Amino acid sequence: MLRILLLAFLLCFGLSAETRADGFDDGLHLLGGKFDDVERGVVILAGSGDQRAGAVLAALQDNRLMVVAGDPPSFFIRQADDSLLDAATLQPAGDAAAGAKAVRVNNRIRRAAEAALGTLNLSSPNAAIRRQAADAVFKARDGEALPALEAALAKERDPDVKAVMETARAAIFLANGQGDEAQRLQAVETIGRRGDPDALAMLRNLANDTSASIREAAAASVSSIEMRQSMLARVQDAIYGISLGSVLLLAAIGLAITFGVMGVINMAHGEMVMLGAYTTYVVQTLFVTYLPDAANWSLIAAVPAAFVVGGLAGVILERTVIRFLYGRPLETLLATFGISLILQQAVRSIFGPTNREVTSPSWMSGSFDILDGLTLTSGRLVIIIFCLAVFLGLLAFIRYSRFGLEMRAVTQNRRMAASMGIRTGLVDALTFGLGSGIAGIAGVALSQIDNVSPNLGQGYIIDSFLVVVFGGVGNLWGTLTGAMAIGIANKLLEPFTGAVLGKIILLVLVILFIQKRPRGLFALKGRAIEA
Amino acid sequence: MTSAPRTLSRRAFAGIAAKGAAAAALLPTLSLGAGQALAADATIKVGILHSLSGTMAISETTLKDVMLMLIEQQNAKGGLLGKKLEAVVVDPASNWPLFAEKAKDLLEAQKVAAVFGCWTSVSRKSVLPVFEQDDGILFYPVQYEGEESSRNVFYTGAAPNQQAVPAVDYLMNEEGVERWVLAGTDYVYPRTTNKILEAYLKLKGVGADDIMINYTPFGQSDWQTIVSEIKKFGSAGKKTAVVSTINGDANVPFYKELANQGVKATDIPVVAFSVGEEELAGLDTKPLVGHLAAWNYFMSVDTPENAAFIKAWHKFIKNDKRVTNDPMEAHYIGFNMWVKAVEKAGTIDHDAVIDAMIGVSVPNLTGGYATMMPNHHITKPVLIGEIQGNGQINTVWETPGLVVGDEWSDYLEGSKDLIADWRKPMNCGNFNVKSGKCGGV
Amino acid sequence: MISSRMPFASVVVPAVLIAIAILVPILHLSTGTLPTYAVSLFGKYLCYAMLALALDLVWGYCGILSLGHAAFFSLGGYAMGMYLMRQIGSRGVYGDPILPDFMVFLNWKELPWYWWGMDHAWFAFPMIVLVPGALALVFGWLAFRSRVTGVYLSIISQAMTFALLLAFFRNDMGMGGNNGLTDFKEILGFDTGADATRSALFSVTAITLALAYLLCVFVTRSRAGLVIVAIRDAESRARFCGYRVEHYKLFVWTISAMLAGIAGALYVPQVGIINPSEFGTGNSIEAVIWVALGGRGTLWGAIVGAVGVNFVKSWLTNNFPEWWLFALGLMFVLVTLFLPKGIAGLLRLGGIDAFNRKSAAAEAGEARS
Repeated sequence: MLRILLLAFLLCFGLSAETRADGFDDGLHLLGGKFDDVERGVVILAGSGDQRAGAVLAALQDNRLMVVAGDPPSFFIRQADDSLLDAATLQPAGDAAAGAKAVRVNNRIRRAAEAALGTLNLSSPNAAIRRQAADAVFKARDGEALPALEAALAKERDPDVKAVMETARAAIFLANGQGDEAQRLQAVETIGRRGDPDALAMLRNLANDTSASIREAAAASVSSIEMRQSMLARVQDAIYGISLGSVLLLAAIGLAITFGVMGVINMAHGEMVMLGAYTTYVVQTLFVTYLPDAANWSLIAAVPAAFVVGGLAGVILERTVIRFLYGRPLETLLATFGISLILQQAVRSIFGPTNREVTSPSWMSGSFDILDGLTLTSGRLVIIIFCLAVFLGLLAFIRYSRFGLEMRAVTQNRRMAASMGIRTGLVDALTFGLGSGIAGIAGVALSQIDNVSPNLGQGYIIDSFLVVVFGGVGNLWGTLTGAMAIGIANKLLEPFTGAVLGKIILLVLVILFIQKRPRGLFALKGRAIEA
Repeated sequence: MTSAPRTLSRRAFAGIAAKGAAAAALLPTLSLGAGQALAADATIKVGILHSLSGTMAISETTLKDVMLMLIEQQNAKGGLLGKKLEAVVVDPASNWPLFAEKAKDLLEAQKVAAVFGCWTSVSRKSVLPVFEQDDGILFYPVQYEGEESSRNVFYTGAAPNQQAVPAVDYLMNEEGVERWVLAGTDYVYPRTTNKILEAYLKLKGVGADDIMINYTPFGQSDWQTIVSEIKKFGSAGKKTAVVSTINGDANVPFYKELANQGVKATDIPVVAFSVGEEELAGLDTKPLVGHLAAWNYFMSVDTPENAAFIKAWHKFIKNDKRVTNDPMEAHYIGFNMWVKAVEKAGTIDHDAVIDAMIGVSVPNLTGGYATMMPNHHITKPVLIGEIQGNGQINTVWETPGLVVGDEWSDYLEGSKDLIADWRKPMNCGNFNVKSGKCGGV
Repeated sequence: MISSRMPFASVVVPAVLIAIAILVPILHLSTGTLPTYAVSLFGKYLCYAMLALALDLVWGYCGILSLGHAAFFSLGGYAMGMYLMRQIGSRGVYGDPILPDFMVFLNWKELPWYWWGMDHAWFAFPMIVLVPGALALVFGWLAFRSRVTGVYLSIISQAMTFALLLAFFRNDMGMGGNNGLTDFKEILGFDTGADATRSALFSVTAITLALAYLLCVFVTRSRAGLVIVAIRDAESRARFCGYRVEHYKLFVWTISAMLAGIAGALYVPQVGIINPSEFGTGNSIEAVIWVALGGRGTLWGAIVGAVGVNFVKSWLTNNFPEWWLFALGLMFVLVTLFLPKGIAGLLRLGGIDAFNRKSAAAEAGEARS
């Protein structure tokens, strides 16, 4: 309230440039005080119209504003390269900045700074910043920003930015009861076009508006948005389902090879995924240390590295343990369970029991709107694409490469393959390595959405087996279908039943389904199943 | 048709012999335990009951290390009652019945003077009957749901009134929050805390429409649906906040999803009770700046005690990147209290130490004192902090005075009339003030 | 190679069990040489042994690898836990005569219907076998009728356990959620913490294990037992011979589940807590490992395996808290590689080569199905 009054005061009495400069100093000095003072300072800075205010507010918002206590205190802006600028002069700060501490901010201050910056940046030469500013104004819906917004609108040439500004203006009209009836009616329409939950909330608040025509327009708009939203919600659930399905597929696809093709019940599969995630961590650490400029791309480099680590671990595992157990699938379960305990504890001893930090590269952060209010995060999208790429790559590899041919030959008839000159032992080792390597790749993707901890693999092992069995052992298409079906069904159930009950229902459904088709969705037919 | 298993011949006798051998092997270990007890006269044994493997190792291993450090420090100061302290570390492996088994082992076979341990509520519930039966002493260092006060347990973590209620007050007053999402993992701590908060919010005039409660299973890793529901709930025009009692492991994917879906702290702040520096260490915190944590200690607290503690910790663990967190401070306080109580009692006898504990006051790491109250809970300051880009949490608000842990919540139907007071003559953990009787009703 | 005389072990194992059932209480109560701690610990091992026995019956003799036996074990445990919970009566912290503590503080107003009657031993104790038995009957009927076998059966039994785990985790289920049921006071009027009760529980466990062992011997030596082994070795052939394979499987599967339920019920008062983590998939796999280690297809081998592995585990977690997982994991790997017939096989080694060859053939046959 205070700041609205203050700003109204400043605006109404059209302060001279002289006092405005004082406003900057007054505002700046307040930033060293308590949160209430800081907030007042922000408002005064925003109203000062001073060139320096923008830089100071941006610094404050990002926690880059430093203060040296004194009377008055002096302020400094920390640059990206950690050098300090004097906030009052915007010149490099000398020794005066010694012992500077960051100005403490909380969410209230950040919000105030964001709103203030929004107003200030409306006239920025950069269209993207103007757009951001208009968004900030839309969010704050402060009546005080209206004059600045109107001025910016009059100048705006970029149609996109202009549309955002118009929406922001409409929001201000509706939220503060400003504007005449025609303008407000127009605003209802503009906001209605937005069609997202924000718009819905705003229009619902108009149910008690004084004007009947506005009430009606708002009500009509509300019901149409509600209908759209409930339809979109199902689409959204389906997209979430595909995203979950692709995570399941990534986790299960390696298993589809080791278990589905080779018949090894590899309980250490989850640990291969975990090794992949830790490889990602190591690769990232190496990049940050030696190639800091390319750190954003370390994830790409982690993919082959994780494949090699997982694959190597797989080959070693196959040569030392599993090859002695062929024909005894249930005993591979026991041995690999032992291996999984060893691997978990080994990772715990080497990296420590706590989570490791794998940062998301900038190209995987954030989200974008597909449709009104329908968002997909970039990270998830990358995972979906990555997962499909791995799947198709694997499919092509098995179908077209010589090794794929030998692999299929050995699976179908080991003796015959051996007499054709295929080194079955080598093929076994490499096949197991391939499955494990793909599990390692899955670890790279999972490091982006889950904990990188020794327990990472445990969370996926049951689901992976279920996906492979549901889809049909020995069939990659079955694994794809199984993963997607389970993922989508899970997400469609979740809004109605909650996460836990949904999962339980799904498990029961899968159990019942297996009764109906004891060999999964895509069962191998003929005598092969008895062999 | 082979029937291999049925051909139990005389060779089976060898099997019986093997079984006998296994039984015989047990006996030496038992007597070994007794032998250790005899030799232990020169030292005082301190049990450390934290999971070093399994799902909880992620949180509990650090606490084992901190205990080893504190014991080492105490020994460097000359030990206790003229004897050296000896740490007895066992691994209950995140397995709840195993906690009870190990507790029994520590108390009966190893005859430890006190046990520092447990993290989850269920592990505490599992060992509780053991400690009561064998009259042991347990220091429990983690924030928990309350609704308990045992003569044999000292609760050095926060009760709900030392964390949840002040956090909600802060959000209401400082951020003007009117709409609340109470999101938690489906177990007893979030359930109870949310029950308390729900009652408290309703008391403050928040309507039922403005409260959304959501429970997820342990280790939940797919937060897409829930985060988008929170977003939707938060776009109703009223200022919204999330009160998170999501358990350790599920937090990282939750925060990652929040960041990715663009939920910023300035729009919908999330205040968490189980997220500290340790949990944040696995995260890129830049997109999370401004989300809140309510706890009784942060590593960033600027006091000489804390600086010394951090320095000692880094030296002990030989890694100056390691963080400190609230349960570590709780062990620091608990251990120092125990040392003081033993010195006061002049013996490690459990009954004497339990009686001596009440009223013991030791410095905490945030520049104040922690006192053991008659209900076996301690006084704590409540700090509200905001997550920073460097993984630290900065205090933005703190209670003006110390808050006494409230074991029986005033906001729950079943417990509002109960109090605990372990001093004579009451000596009761569930005294009903209405009926004037010990025993609940 | 079927010998018509009673195998030596089927006399010795029950005799040893009954001997320790008598000896342990004496050592514990009158001489005090055995601490209470050890009595409860061995009691726990014997419960695990009974679970291993149940698993061996289906896996060793019928070739059904269940990764869901922890579910039957836990259900039996929960039935016992519910009885013990009701026995607390008004001694809970809130003093509510009807509702368990966890219901009081979560504001439950009345006891859910599935808790009715659990305060009476005559009702609760039959539930210990009936509930797991009923689940096994339904699950088995569905699975065996549609000929779900081998790995598929293993995986769906694991899925069943996992679903139960999630269900019992839910606080809305009314089973105490993650904390489960704990803080028991008395069983059949005896204080659960008293030394005498502990000894008695141990003896009861040992005697029950002896009886369970005899039951398994009886089942496996009966005519049906022969068919069951035939099914393990060549299911299709048994079917073509006119045996109703699914009936035999269902029979042995249900018996096994009931035994597992009893094991769980005896386990709960001795460890003092039952909670959803007992449903954990790791527990089921561990039980399989006990059997494999002891010697699959020999009943006494299962008992030795369960007691042996758990003893080693207890010892390692105490003495090498940082290293025990390496040791345990390595043990599993080495035993699988070098002792494919487990300890029982080791003791037979050098005996009958023909036996090994034949059973290897049986293994291969099973692997193919």
